[in-house]
Amino acid sequence: MGLSGPDLAAIGLTLQLATVVTVVLLIIGTPLAWWLATTRSVLKGPVAALVSLPLVLPPTVLGFYLLIAMGPQGWIGQFTQAIGLGTLPFTFGGLVVASVLYSMPFVVQPIQNAMEAIGTRPLEVAATLRAGPLDRFFSVVLPLARPGFLTATVLGFAHTVGEFGVVLMIGGNIPGATRVVSVQMYDHVEALDYAGAHQLAVIMVLFSFVTLVALYRFQSRRGVSGLKYGG
Amino acid sequence: MDTIKLRFHHGFGPKAPAPTPGFRLDVNLTLPATGISAIFGPSGSGKSTLLRCIAGLLRADTGYLSVNGQLWQSEGHWCPTHRRPLGYVFQEASLLPHLSAGGNLEYAVKRAPSGQSRAVYQHAVGLMGIGALLDRMPDQLSGGERQRVAIARAILIQPELLLMDEPLAALDDTRKREILPYLERLREELDIPVLYVSHSADEVARLADHLVVMENGKAVAQGPLMDVLSRIDFPVRLGDDAGTVTTVRVVSRDSHWHLVKASFRGGEFWLRDSGDEPGAAIRVRILARDVSLTRSLHEDTSILNRFEATVTQIVPDDDEAMVMVQLTVGSLLLLARITRRSRAHLALAPGQTVWAQIKSVAIVR
Repeated sequence: MGLSGPDLAAIGLTLQLATVVTVVLLIIGTPLAWWLATTRSVLKGPVAALVSLPLVLPPTVLGFYLLIAMGPQGWIGQFTQAIGLGTLPFTFGGLVVASVLYSMPFVVQPIQNAMEAIGTRPLEVAATLRAGPLDRFFSVVLPLARPGFLTATVLGFAHTVGEFGVVLMIGGNIPGATRVVSVQMYDHVEALDYAGAHQLAVIMVLFSFVTLVALYRFQSRRGVSGLKYGG
Repeated sequence: MDTIKLRFHHGFGPKAPAPTPGFRLDVNLTLPATGISAIFGPSGSGKSTLLRCIAGLLRADTGYLSVNGQLWQSEGHWCPTHRRPLGYVFQEASLLPHLSAGGNLEYAVKRAPSGQSRAVYQHAVGLMGIGALLDRMPDQLSGGERQRVAIARAILIQPELLLMDEPLAALDDTRKREILPYLERLREELDIPVLYVSHSADEVARLADHLVVMENGKAVAQGPLMDVLSRIDFPVRLGDDAGTVTTVRVVSRDSHWHLVKASFRGGEFWLRDSGDEPGAAIRVRILARDVSLTRSLHEDTSILNRFEATVTQIVPDDDEAMVMVQLTVGSLLLLARITRRSRAHLALAPGQTVWAQIKSVAIVR
């Protein structure tokens, strides 16, 4: 099949966005998941709910509020302007911020589940072997939660590739900057170019299917009771 | 200086997992920091809770702990577990599951306070007989093998105090017998004080030098093993496990009958030949249920060991049919568990001289 230049640009942009978002999410999601897995704070419930909101909210709601917050009058917008970044809506950076929030539960929850499954015993064992808190985190928690990290990476990446509503609200449709595959496909349909839409749609279906099959096979082989959104 | 001084008071909150509802730990002890001290008691008596307090895995409401003059914990001073120079062997599988047996040992070696030579490592591995297992992952090891690796790991962290929380309880009898000799070698070859939690009278009789008896969160008796065991008011209801432990010296071996003669102050025993050479000190255990009493000496009996003994005390048993009789034979203290009816029949009373027949003497070490 012959993908057009704009199609390829959209695919490239989508992969770039998903990669950046996944890396950012692993960096901020890991300490957040550890906090959620271990805290006894009364804030645990509210924070967990906040992280999980994108699971139930229509993406347009999240996109709408982000658009306002990141706009020239919003508090995020005021801040980004003050440090000389301008405003984020309709930029790649804005897409990253929105996607990080939108895909957060898909990364935090598998890591948190894996960390909770470790239990207290291995950590007590490590403490009796002179491992301090940070040492225990790196030498026990991270290796034992590894299956959770794999699930988190795959789901975070795949979910970012598949988003549409948030992107449209926050990023609009700027070729090479914010026009990702899902938006490009929407354009094809709007233009009644069903053949073009088909090509992208098939690629998306295959990508998602293969990704999930690979993930579930890994989970069942490792006996991981990971997260099975829709699975 | 060679003492462990400890004092812990701890009540569990409504949500914390207490051993039994309403349980409180109230312990105030001074223990020798040499040899093996057994902390003995029924399940739910607070033995493991006490050990967790000592390790700093559980923060008691109020606590004081010093080991060989080093303060580990007091009001206003708290040393977290990873800063306490201790080794800990947990009850069940505690190997880090993402590391091989050898990886688990390396984990300890890397974090030990001072570098150690390869020889020390080899010694620990040899002591526990795990040289062939080092490449295996924990789930490829049997329960007994896992526990031997865990013990070697606890040694390699170079502890000043080794805490063992029922290390054999999760194993079947065969595995227990497999590990006990390793624990004995540990005691003989390493000079590390051990606190050994157990609810098995067998293990205690075999391993311990010092005994603390726990009941309902309190230490109800403590002292050298032989003294505590021969106390007739022994506060833990041992039933069939009641008995005394004593050390005797092998005098001679009788190769014809495969027996050895062993002496104590005031008498001699015949024992089945254990392979011990004359001069060796061995520890024997005599269960109260294996001691019977007669008013006169019976020569026509299959029982080899018969002693003239003096009754010192008689107390009722938990079982209404039985009484416990304490006797002395020279320096040897014996307990005999006989029926109340026999006691009346023989008209036994303190101060009397009787003949004690010992049906079996078990060599425990």
